[in-house]
Amino acid sequence: MLQIDTWKRVLIWLTVVVGLLLALPNAFYTRVETRNDAVKALEAGSSAPGLQEQAELWPTWLPSGLVNLGLDLRGGAHLLAEVKVEDVYETRIKAMWPEIRDMLREERATIGTIRLQKGAEDELRIRISQADQVERAASLVRGLARPVASLAAAGASDIDVSTDGTDVIVRLSEAEKVQTDDRTVRQALEIVRNRIDQVGTREPTIQRQGAKRILIQVPGIGSAAELKTIIGTTAQLTFQPVIGRTTDETTRPGPGEELLPSRDEKTADGEPIYYVLEQAPVVTGEDLVDAQPSFDQNGQPAVNFRFDASGARRFGDYTAENIGNPFAIVLDGEVISAPTIRDHIGGGSGIITGRFTLEESTNLAVLLRAGALPAGLEFLEERTIGPELGADSIEAGKIACIVAFIGVLIFMFLSYGMFGIFANIALIINVGLIFGLLSLIGATLTLPGIAGIVLTIGMAVDANVLVFERIREEIKAERGPARAIDLGYEKALSAIFDANITTFITAVILYAVGSGPVRGFAITLGMGIITSVFAALFVTRVIVVIWFERRRPKTLEV
Amino acid sequence: MRLRLVPKDTKWDFFGRSKLWLGISAALMVLAFVSFLTQGLNYGIDFRGGTTIRTESAQPVDIGLYRDAIGELGLGDVSITEVFDPTFGEDKNVAMIRIQAQDGEESVSAELTTQVEAALAEAVPDIRFVSVESVGPKVSGELIQTAVIAVLLAIGAVLIYIWLRFEWQFALGAVAALVHDVLLTIGVFSELQIRFDLAIIAALLTIVGYSLNDTVVVFDRVRENLRKYKQMDLKDVLNLSINETLSRTVMTSVTTLVALISLYLLGGDVIRGFVFAMIWGVIVGTYSSIFVASAILLRLGVKRDWSKPDAGAGTQFANIDA
Repeated sequence: MLQIDTWKRVLIWLTVVVGLLLALPNAFYTRVETRNDAVKALEAGSSAPGLQEQAELWPTWLPSGLVNLGLDLRGGAHLLAEVKVEDVYETRIKAMWPEIRDMLREERATIGTIRLQKGAEDELRIRISQADQVERAASLVRGLARPVASLAAAGASDIDVSTDGTDVIVRLSEAEKVQTDDRTVRQALEIVRNRIDQVGTREPTIQRQGAKRILIQVPGIGSAAELKTIIGTTAQLTFQPVIGRTTDETTRPGPGEELLPSRDEKTADGEPIYYVLEQAPVVTGEDLVDAQPSFDQNGQPAVNFRFDASGARRFGDYTAENIGNPFAIVLDGEVISAPTIRDHIGGGSGIITGRFTLEESTNLAVLLRAGALPAGLEFLEERTIGPELGADSIEAGKIACIVAFIGVLIFMFLSYGMFGIFANIALIINVGLIFGLLSLIGATLTLPGIAGIVLTIGMAVDANVLVFERIREEIKAERGPARAIDLGYEKALSAIFDANITTFITAVILYAVGSGPVRGFAITLGMGIITSVFAALFVTRVIVVIWFERRRPKTLEV
Repeated sequence: MRLRLVPKDTKWDFFGRSKLWLGISAALMVLAFVSFLTQGLNYGIDFRGGTTIRTESAQPVDIGLYRDAIGELGLGDVSITEVFDPTFGEDKNVAMIRIQAQDGEESVSAELTTQVEAALAEAVPDIRFVSVESVGPKVSGELIQTAVIAVLLAIGAVLIYIWLRFEWQFALGAVAALVHDVLLTIGVFSELQIRFDLAIIAALLTIVGYSLNDTVVVFDRVRENLRKYKQMDLKDVLNLSINETLSRTVMTSVTTLVALISLYLLGGDVIRGFVFAMIWGVIVGTYSSIFVASAILLRLGVKRDWSKPDAGAGTQFANIDA
């Protein structure tokens, strides 16, 4: 009756040993962390002195996975950004204008002359001089539509063409917008990752969240504001021909032209200066292959850059044809500087000067190397947690855990004597297993997560209590010791099962719906349920059975 | 000699005054709801947007000084509270500053925090900003929504699970107890004006889980006893089941409370609200599994004998088919 097959016993103890081994590195956190960093650095090809010794701090045959500490425990910056996907619509639709223009011009005989009108930002409004031919013009434009490359929107085309009086209006279709949005967010994610990698902080989390959002968590960084200057700047760099210079901000630029403010330049009496520029850039930031912070001939911070082959050719041709004319270097809609071309610039490299601080020039170089964001970012949430607050929280959590642990251990012993000790051994194993599981899946421990562990310590004994109370009842019903233990486990099973499944359901829902720290709590709670059921049903039971086999008690006191 | 929290073989009558207990619970629920409606919850920035700054300084916190420093910036509703904690040393004085979400701003403004930090640093030279958190109104609105969905989902999922495992009367009883616990917790938070943030939602859901755990254990025993004592009055079956599981109920509640109270006292001020919610929840949850869930089960009645629908007349309070 009261027996467990040998293979089962082996399996149970094996699980316990593996779980505890997985948990072991967390007991030597700093040491293992240093070692893991060193190993990573060595793999990356670094050969700094001391790395080799650091890599030997922890034996390789032991597991070295650690529980990740959440930002609230380690300190760092957290940002939630929304990509302004609408920004891209305008660029996309404006880029179609030359193609549409050329096509409609060929049909001048029937539809007459065409003119681009000012309309909403995300549309092209084309006026046709032959009013009765507007439908024909629209259908010609429709002929330019391309199918959207996606399975979900099979058959849809990328533009919607409608008419309004004598105007033909071209907009992106809904299907194309969905496609564009997705592409924009993916690009933005990539660029953000590039930029953070350039700065070289450790283990950043950069995740897409929902359709349009990006979650960025960087441990150890001083503040979220610092992080924002790195990832928040769009860094769209363009080189555009200058048409005019003015102080009048109401100047109306002609078609194909735009009015942009200067970043630093002011007139003698402090009025801002504006430039009228040709909209189509000669070269853009995408043509860059490298950018480095440097100094100009006056010793002012500046940024050196180099174009790729095609960029160098276009820039070279343009400068050769326009000696004596100014061109503007534009960054995110502001003219940084507008030097006059003195000579043909053929080497494909150049320098951007402005009134930069050293920090600005360093950041700009990073941004230019990493590439421009396809659209702006809007920050919805930002949190900075100082490392000392995190350290305090860990310390407090640790002490609370230990006190809770000892409290429960004593309490269990007082209530159930020998069986209480069995349950306590299982409880200790249980906490070890939680850490083992968390390390195994690489979960993140947060402050509410620690609370989850403490709660688990309190609740983990529940399954044992259920069993022990049952055994007591069976003893009262005059059953023999072996039978009482057996029945105790058997009858308590359904209550243990139902009680833990319901709690597990709430943990799953918390995980699915929650975010950040709440999720951390859900994970430890869920893992705690799994390990505590295992510990109560298998570990305690094996211990009880072993004890019983040795002692063969005639009576049982629980 | 064993420590026994509950005497051996109790035969207490839990339903002698069940009307009274149900009445008290109902009255408390109404009170909690009224408090929630009139006073409202003290929402943290997670739910209403804004910025919180936690400061640390060696000098004692002079709230008036802080208020003057920030007041010049004209930021609307600013609340400044000093944080006390037994784990803080002599030279550790902590304050929490909360600034409401600024009008017309969808996202978080970095200038605002920089301004506030500069103003405070001028007033208190050695001040340090150990944490700065800002949540834009867009996100906070969504967070409320997901929080409510989470609680409703949890209650719904549990309702279905218990319905499948037991009978619908059990499910209703359990859910009534859950609603009772959640409402009373919200009531306490609104009455004491403890900050209500995202972590409290996690605590609420844990309370749901815990209360349920307790209720399910009692119900499990009720189901077993219903099969065992086919002729016994439902009221007696319930009483017997509660008495039989009482020792376990108290044991588990006490071990959980031992753990939570140590966390409450020693775990630092950051999670104190969270732990408070759970302590309250464990107490209320234990009470409700007996005096709400079981009492309602008694009122609803249970279908007793599946093989002979009409047998045992008189022992049945209701014979409604699920």
